Amino acid sequence: MSEKKPLINELTKGILKENPVLCLVLGTCPTLAVTTGVSSALGMGIAATAVLVCSNSVISMLRKVIPDKVRIPAYITIIAAFVTIVQMLIKAYAPTLNEALGVYLPLIVVNCIILGRAEMFASKNGIAASALDGLGMGIGFTAALFLMGSIREILGAGSWFGMNIPLLSQSPILIFILPPGGFFVFGMLMAAANKLNSVADKQIRGTDCASCPMSESCRGLDEEKECVK
Amino acid sequence: MSLTQLIGIFLAAILTENYVLCKFFGICPFLGVSKKLDTALGMSAAVTFVMVLATAVTWPIYTFILVPKELDYLQTLVFILVIAGLVQLVEIVLKKYMSKLYNALGIYLPLITTNCAVLGVTMLVLDKGAENPSFGYIASLVNALGAGVGFLVAMVMFAGVRERLEGCDIPESLKGLPITLVSASLVACSFLGFNGIVDRLIG
Repeated sequence: MSEKKPLINELTKGILKENPVLCLVLGTCPTLAVTTGVSSALGMGIAATAVLVCSNSVISMLRKVIPDKVRIPAYITIIAAFVTIVQMLIKAYAPTLNEALGVYLPLIVVNCIILGRAEMFASKNGIAASALDGLGMGIGFTAALFLMGSIREILGAGSWFGMNIPLLSQSPILIFILPPGGFFVFGMLMAAANKLNSVADKQIRGTDCASCPMSESCRGLDEEKECVK
Repeated sequence: MSLTQLIGIFLAAILTENYVLCKFFGICPFLGVSKKLDTALGMSAAVTFVMVLATAVTWPIYTFILVPKELDYLQTLVFILVIAGLVQLVEIVLKKYMSKLYNALGIYLPLITTNCAVLGVTMLVLDKGAENPSFGYIASLVNALGAGVGFLVAMVMFAGVRERLEGCDIPESLKGLPITLVSASLVACSFLGFNGIVDRLIG
């Protein structure tokens, strides 16, 4: 993608320009499911970032060894191994977080962000660039989750990190922490991101559709906006 | 486990625990292929089939191999590989013996591997089984079938909603996915209304 650009670009692009959640629309399932509270959203973000950095580096290390035909199963195995490690660490050191994330923790394996970055970036770039790309994408993911979690917890439960907010906590808008609120907040955030992007830069979507694992399924998605540059 | 209980599990999986609208599994295909009715049907049929099959295979693997050997921490790794293998196998079998169905499902089959609904169902039924020992193999299969049918119901309903959206006048920045998500929110709202109904029906 960018051999000549400085490495720092790999880190920063994931945070704003190519934010995996709001601009590339990857990893929507955990985004909606665990953002009922700020702390579980942050926990999910950090866990996914850890997996992303590790899997990106290892896949980049092995990119010349893995035969092209079996690359997807090989990537999934590597990712699943790191997810298992993270899962065991969280179970041991943060049991409450483990309970809050529940089944969504092992589901990081099928998070499209991780496989997507492996396929799009780590399989073509060096180790340092891939690790930074993973870190940047992870931070972008965490930031989006944090934002969604904050909005939903403040409006839906009247609290932030479990601390009550005066006035709001007396009659919270419960629907925001229920499933419909998740869809609604996500839609609104995406609309805001669209607006900001169209104002700032028309050429924001630098996605490489051909190598995106979801390309076949999102062909029916929004042709002119989401996936075509 | 009595028949009424099984029907209760089935209905609960479709309505109150709807995997897409209440548990947020499989949002990617939900948003991606729900634009047309026929693709929505094809995708959900394939997902239902793989869900039941995956549960049928992973349940015994977990209960009779991983747990006795104290390897249950390998659950994630084993399950995802089993699902990937199954999807591949189903693809080969369908291609050889039922080419009509294979052509109808087309590209949706390989995509199911990365559908979190399948992995989610196989893990959730084991969680349920751990809490309630009477929730055995048959109940798990019924639950998986219900989850698949629930996925189908959500996809088909939403395909209808999206077809109506096409002719609407939508603000520029809401066009595309944002308005889709907002309408998904309204559909999810209607599913909230089912809470409690199933429990009361079955008693």
